[in-house]
Amino acid sequence: MNEFLSSIGYMSWVLPALLAIPVLGAALIWLSPTPRRRGVTPGADEIAAGLANGPRWIAFLVLLVEFIVSIGLWWAFDPGVARWQAAFDMSWIPMWGVRFTVGIDGIALMMILLTTSIMVLSVLGSWTGIRTRTHAYYSLMLILTSGMLGVFMALDLFLFYVMWEVMLVPMYFIVGIWGGERRIYASVKFFIFTMAGSLLMLVAIVYLGLAAADVRTGIPNFSYDYILQTVRVTPTAALWLFGAFFLAFAVKVPMFPFHTWLPDAHVEAPTAGSVVLAGIMLKLGTFGFLRLAVPLFPEAAMRGDVRAVILGLAVIGILYGALVSLVQPDFKKLVAYSSVSHLGFVMLGIFALTVQSVQGSLLVMINHGISTGALFFLIGMIYERRHTRMIEAYGGIARVVPLFATLLTIVSLSSIGVPGTNGFVGEFLVLLGSFRTHPVLSVISATAVIFAAAYLLWAIQRILFNALDKPENEHIPDLNRRELAIMVPLIAGIIWLGVYPAPVLRRMEGAATRFVQQVETRAFRAVAER
Amino acid sequence: METLDLKVPLQLTIALGPDLLLMGGAMILLLWSAWRPDSAKHQRAVAIGSIVLTIITGTVTWWYLIKGYTAAPGPIAVDNFRWMADLVILIGTGFAIALARDDNDRQGIGVAESHVLILLASSGMMLLAAARDLMIVFLAVELMSVAVYALAGLNRRSIRAAEGALKYFLLGAFSSAFLLYGIALIYGATGSTNLALVAERMSATALGTSPLMLAGIAFLLVGFGFKVATVPFHMWAPDVYDGAPSAITAYMAATVKAAAFVAFIRVWLEAFPDVYTVWHSAVAGLAIATMIVGNAIGLVQRNLKRLLAYSSIGHAGYLLVAIAPATLRGGSAMLFYLFVYTLSTFGAFAVIVAMTRPGRGTVMVDELSGLWAVRPWLAVAMAVIMLSLLGFPIFGGAGFVAKWYVLQAALQARMPQTALAVVLVLTTVVSAGYYLYVILVMFMRPPNPDAAALPATPPLTRLVLAVTVIGILVIGVYPNWFQRVASKGVPRRESISAIGMPPTPAASAR
Repeated sequence: MNEFLSSIGYMSWVLPALLAIPVLGAALIWLSPTPRRRGVTPGADEIAAGLANGPRWIAFLVLLVEFIVSIGLWWAFDPGVARWQAAFDMSWIPMWGVRFTVGIDGIALMMILLTTSIMVLSVLGSWTGIRTRTHAYYSLMLILTSGMLGVFMALDLFLFYVMWEVMLVPMYFIVGIWGGERRIYASVKFFIFTMAGSLLMLVAIVYLGLAAADVRTGIPNFSYDYILQTVRVTPTAALWLFGAFFLAFAVKVPMFPFHTWLPDAHVEAPTAGSVVLAGIMLKLGTFGFLRLAVPLFPEAAMRGDVRAVILGLAVIGILYGALVSLVQPDFKKLVAYSSVSHLGFVMLGIFALTVQSVQGSLLVMINHGISTGALFFLIGMIYERRHTRMIEAYGGIARVVPLFATLLTIVSLSSIGVPGTNGFVGEFLVLLGSFRTHPVLSVISATAVIFAAAYLLWAIQRILFNALDKPENEHIPDLNRRELAIMVPLIAGIIWLGVYPAPVLRRMEGAATRFVQQVETRAFRAVAER
Repeated sequence: METLDLKVPLQLTIALGPDLLLMGGAMILLLWSAWRPDSAKHQRAVAIGSIVLTIITGTVTWWYLIKGYTAAPGPIAVDNFRWMADLVILIGTGFAIALARDDNDRQGIGVAESHVLILLASSGMMLLAAARDLMIVFLAVELMSVAVYALAGLNRRSIRAAEGALKYFLLGAFSSAFLLYGIALIYGATGSTNLALVAERMSATALGTSPLMLAGIAFLLVGFGFKVATVPFHMWAPDVYDGAPSAITAYMAATVKAAAFVAFIRVWLEAFPDVYTVWHSAVAGLAIATMIVGNAIGLVQRNLKRLLAYSSIGHAGYLLVAIAPATLRGGSAMLFYLFVYTLSTFGAFAVIVAMTRPGRGTVMVDELSGLWAVRPWLAVAMAVIMLSLLGFPIFGGAGFVAKWYVLQAALQARMPQTALAVVLVLTTVVSAGYYLYVILVMFMRPPNPDAAALPATPPLTRLVLAVTVIGILVIGVYPNWFQRVASKGVPRRESISAIGMPPTPAASAR
């Protein structure tokens, strides 16, 4: 495989190609015949009119190509090499020292593969759910893919910021146009929260670029590597800059007091929107901590008080998310709040700062993408049949839809973190790693696993198992082949990562170790200098 | 590169070439427009003639820019900054006449002279961009303002237009008085109205703390504050913008503002560089107040023209941020921002012209309901323009690049304006509230079934919309060429050091 890949020069073009393919696909969708030209008024049900095939097939095929192109990275990536791989560098705005620089490490690799695979499934998941304005919907999905991939691979802070904002607009429209009843409120809240968080990061990025400016010409430099190696700011400035980055990423994660946009956006978004939001976009926040906020300002991030506050918020998030999930009557909202809890584990692992806990965090990021994505898919499938997400509207449907029931049970167990599923490995590593540095917090967080079992098992009991007492539940059709095609890869991922996560861990180990060492040495040096 | 001696009449004429061309052409067009009685056909013909004149003047100005004339400090400036400001003004003029032609048609206004008035105002603006003497500044401001007063009241049948025009005239005259009084005080303190001489005498005689001088600077600031509509001198703007015909509103919001800002920064950088510490806090305070108040009040507007009026007040605040560090980079950033702002504003008003039903002067935001279903391209164009005004990358294209330029200029100075930069981004979040509201109404609300069908978008309006939107998107991805041009456009090329490095507060305190 590697010979084949190197024979086509794979690593030299793969990252720009991954960014370009979805954009070209979006253009292709716009060129396909539109309903207006075929005499159907916009906003009418395009599936019923037999017009919606073009966009969804183009989107599916384009994203399939995208996935196939990206999967080569799995083999071509060399875990033993400690620099950026598949790097691509091009001048973009020379007067401002802005370059189009992309490259990946082990963390970005796994995030990119997660993104490309989830996006293919998302198109399948919207196959019949999105019935109007399919051109716009699938174009936006494709542009969204480029934006998210861009964030994971950007090595220039200007590019990072641009990509960070670019993914906001498609999601705003996806939630706002194809969402549920309170979609407008949810989409505006999502947009304003994220933008409010990220604009201060803009000032911080400009500040850093100017601090790295060429002394002679005064041209700033936004290269991540260059800033990481050369820029040293005063402790006070570091604290403010870290604060700006923290705000941007904490809103995205979302950490406890900044999480209020999440239940609204996740619940109101169409199925694929929720999957993408939970499965990928939340990870952009934790990825930002790993890539930018902590390595750039270790002395600020690892200051005793800052670290205590962030760890405290992470643990509050873990418990709060779990407790709120317990009392949700709406299954989608339950899953949305459980995200707050899971992402709290990620933050705990990152800021506990041991190799194990960071690796655990990375695994939780992937696992949460798969499990929560799968849960949202399943909720979407049952919603398409019954048009309600209320837990109490169901009951005993395991007899009616056995396939659905089996899959929901497996996915729920993985989300709880039962041994043998992926959820167990990640959370276990986080707890194990953080126990070494923060035993008390780790013990408190471990209780959340029990709550997770409580809220999910209780929910599936009420949905699947109690008495089948509602007549409208007696004739629900079971999953069809398309829906099985979505779920099978996800279930395979759940079991594979639960039983044999070593290949994934091996690819991320180098990056995680470097992250911990780098932060420890720099934070230590900063203390010694003081 | 050729140095002109402004004392020689012929060379002075060369230095004023584009201005004279536009003024002379405008006179001929004035005769032509008065030749025949008002009619829709005549109005359209004069509009085309005016656009042709604008394009010719633009080409000549472009030629001057390439040729790179310079001149010794005199009453008028001969530098890249002037030519580029002229180009921004002329682009705005062309857009304004194109929109005015379509808008006059739809609203049944048959006054052919309206286009000539725009040309006359523009020639005043070009003179303003060239002025290096406070007397010429005043002369140019008046030339520009008198024409715009008449334009504001163009729609004689509308009560609101009359109210707006009267308000504009009274407050404009008021602000001119401030300007003139300030000039008189500065003349009293320094004995000159020439910008270079004022700066020289101020630094030679340590006039920085003289009350006469301070009062002069303060009055001048108030005068300019009125012209560019900064808070607290903004009260006239929403009423005037709402009452005037849409094309004229766009012209006032973008081009008049651009010209006033160009003169503002030239006076400040050339005449008062040494008393930076004296005026800095006043300008910074104006900037903060303008950004906060403009954007906050924008949130509650439901009339699209008023919404854009407050948005333009907010943008005046962002532009003041570029003036505050008093650097050459700030000057380039401001030019670039003005150019992008001109594109976005005319794009937005092109949509308003397309959306205004005959006999109505204004558009409520709710009338855009479900526009995406009715006119998809118009809705997409408006969304791009709104995101550009918001300063959003890629989808808002040039708006983001311009904002980045201003942020960079604010932070890259001897005294970094970090507080202003932070207020700028925070108020940008506030402004998202109303820009997003427009997008939301267009895309996420159903169309109003009772609304009468929209008339087809007239051709010139379409052209303006296409040019602005494509410009915004292209500059957003590939700003290099425009940046390079803008970075050469800095006022007072011959003495860069004096402006680039304002004294630090510690140094002047000693």
